[in-house]
Amino acid sequence: MSVYGTDKRHHTLTVLVENKSGVLARVAGLFSRRGYNIFSLAVAPSDNERFSRITIVVDVESSPLEQIIKQLDKLIPVVSITELDPERSRERELLLATVEAAADTRGQVIQLVGVFEGKIVDVGPDRLTVMLAGAPTKLDDFEDLIRAYGIVEMQRSGRVALPMLDRSGEHLAPPRPESPVALTTEKAG
Amino acid sequence: MELTGAQALIKSLEMQQVEVMFGLPGGAILPVYDPIIDSSIRHILVRHEQGAGHMAEGYAQVTGRPGVAMVTSGPGATNIVTPLADAYMDSIPLVVVTGQVATSAIGTDAFQESDITGITMGITKHNWLITDGADIPRVVAEAFHVATTGRPGPVLIDVPKDVAIKPMEWYHPGPSDLDLPGYHPLTEGDPVLVRQAVEMLLAAERPVIYAGGGILKARGAEALRELAERTGIPVVTTLMARGCFPDSHPLCLGMPGMHGNYTAVTAMQRSDLLIALGSRFDDRVTGRIDAFAPEAKIIHVDIDPAELHKVRHADVAIAGDCRLVIDEMLVALADLGLPHSDATRGGSGGAPSDAVSGAPATAGSVAASHPRERLIPWRAQLSQWQGRFPLVYDQQPGSGALKPQFVLEALRDATPDDTIVASGVGQHQMFASQWWQFDYPYTWVNSGGLGTMGFAVPAAIGAKVGRPDKMVWAVDGDGCFQMTAQELVTASSERIPVKIAILNNAYLGMVRQWQEMFYEERYSEVYLSPDLPDYVGWAEAMGCVGIRVDSTEEVASAIDKANDIDDRPVVIDFRTDAFEKVFPMVAAGASNDDIIVDPSLTEGDGR
Repeated sequence: MSVYGTDKRHHTLTVLVENKSGVLARVAGLFSRRGYNIFSLAVAPSDNERFSRITIVVDVESSPLEQIIKQLDKLIPVVSITELDPERSRERELLLATVEAAADTRGQVIQLVGVFEGKIVDVGPDRLTVMLAGAPTKLDDFEDLIRAYGIVEMQRSGRVALPMLDRSGEHLAPPRPESPVALTTEKAG
Repeated sequence: MELTGAQALIKSLEMQQVEVMFGLPGGAILPVYDPIIDSSIRHILVRHEQGAGHMAEGYAQVTGRPGVAMVTSGPGATNIVTPLADAYMDSIPLVVVTGQVATSAIGTDAFQESDITGITMGITKHNWLITDGADIPRVVAEAFHVATTGRPGPVLIDVPKDVAIKPMEWYHPGPSDLDLPGYHPLTEGDPVLVRQAVEMLLAAERPVIYAGGGILKARGAEALRELAERTGIPVVTTLMARGCFPDSHPLCLGMPGMHGNYTAVTAMQRSDLLIALGSRFDDRVTGRIDAFAPEAKIIHVDIDPAELHKVRHADVAIAGDCRLVIDEMLVALADLGLPHSDATRGGSGGAPSDAVSGAPATAGSVAASHPRERLIPWRAQLSQWQGRFPLVYDQQPGSGALKPQFVLEALRDATPDDTIVASGVGQHQMFASQWWQFDYPYTWVNSGGLGTMGFAVPAAIGAKVGRPDKMVWAVDGDGCFQMTAQELVTASSERIPVKIAILNNAYLGMVRQWQEMFYEERYSEVYLSPDLPDYVGWAEAMGCVGIRVDSTEEVASAIDKANDIDDRPVVIDFRTDAFEKVFPMVAAGASNDDIIVDPSLTEGDGR
């Protein structure tokens, strides 16, 4: 089934960018004109209002990761880029699905949502809309199981991620992108 | 002090020491053209916006200062897209100002509206849409900073009409006003890597310096010469680097690549160490990449880290400014016991010492074996190739068809050594690069990466504006000339005395050559006619002197006549052999091992 989770071809980049108009177009345009594939994309304000954070899952079969990072780095509004190793970071996605749930299967669907610690967010006569947040592999598993009941509509968000903490409370690797030592590559013209 | 946005823009350009700008006004940029009347900046009114962009490029290439162009919105802006793409490929610092419809009209498909920041995102180093007049001084300062530092390149500033009209409070932007948190261009190389590189180059048996346009951008010609002379390592100069190392120097092998000379191409193929300085392993240089220089280790120096390992993995990759890194290399060489070059400077070295060996370089062994002596067998091999496979052509005397190479040799010999040569793209460009002798940096202006036909005439005009003290010749093809010739009207009216040599073979010659060699002589849409247009009549209509040359006997006198004219442009229509092809040639996608030399060199040996 769909391997939406921790495929070896996929790498997660968190890109800190200036919060200026057109920045997403610059990043997306770079990917399309250089033939890089975006697997998933999430954009949101960061904890500093001058900057936004773009989390990009890239398909590195299309080109070497090093080249993608270096080309991204050349964009003037890109402040820093951090590559997150899936083994050493916490990755989350959100899944919303409307599922067939007639009287005879409704109990099973509700039970499945409960096992996955999801939520029922809307109820119709013979359908349910369910929500699940979690690691991409967990969402993959849920999607596979719920499909048997009939998925009417489904949406998954782009992935967001942060590095794991070690026992001393520090990020394992790499540290926060705002800090200069976190730069995967040094910024250069 | 209160200024309009337009006044603030012009004042900002003046503060950047802009002395000349190339442009053409229109509706949206109208307010910005008003303060030009009172400005110290010379404005050159072009006949087509593409001309403004290429003139700014020519100006920038010969002066090292950023070229500035200003055009209106919509079609004005889209007409300058090609020069922006050209400058982006060749890393030329340009600042282009475009008018834009008023902020309230943006996004409404207003008259002469185009999303020029969107269109040029992928072909500028950066661009800005100014929505607040207060940003103008800061953005102009940022634009010049970004265009000229790090790897240079073109930038664009889009100025909506209402922003230009509205008043703003003027301020002098200081360095701390620049808001570029993500821009930190590199300068010096990592000393550990520099030391490694130097040890490698001292240990190499068959090294070649592969010098690219980055040497010129870094003002590194003198440093390169010192490096070559101290180590005795031969140098190839790419199309973008012609003139960065003198062609007359004994260590110069000339141009490599698809139409490079046999020795330059083959030296790279057989080398055990390529020292790539400001070059980027372009496909036109490497040929088939998996067959390129198979035994060579690579030292790659580039100011753009994204060029390192992009095409070919480098054994030592140094991100930094070429001149600074070469200077660091020279210091490291001295540390390793190789001080300044001596009387054998550039020569083939003295008698071999007893220490010629291929032992790995440690500080001790290096000091014992001067690399110039170690390189004697390699230099002998190169000389043998140079003797066996020179550039050749066959000019029949009298009524034989005029060869383009003959014209170029005559032109080269009749002009000052530091003449600036601009060219278009195609056969004439390759002939010019092959047959000119470039002994000075910044004397060769051409469109390398993008390959823009029509580049020569406006680029030559821009070059002459930047260096009025030098003679400027454009070597152009008949196909190229027809694309941008209208700028000779600009040159005539502004009294910019450029000289144009059209190598008129009545064909799109390079395409014709490919159709002859690779499409079984099926000539598709390449014939242009030698007489239509009438080039002499056209030149004269544009205020130039027009001269037509049909035979070898007329060549010298026509060139002398052109060289004597200094008050208007001159166009010489050289009627050249339509069937002449550029050799050597490496076919597209072929290995550089399969270089095709001029057939006359291989007659009888079955090669």
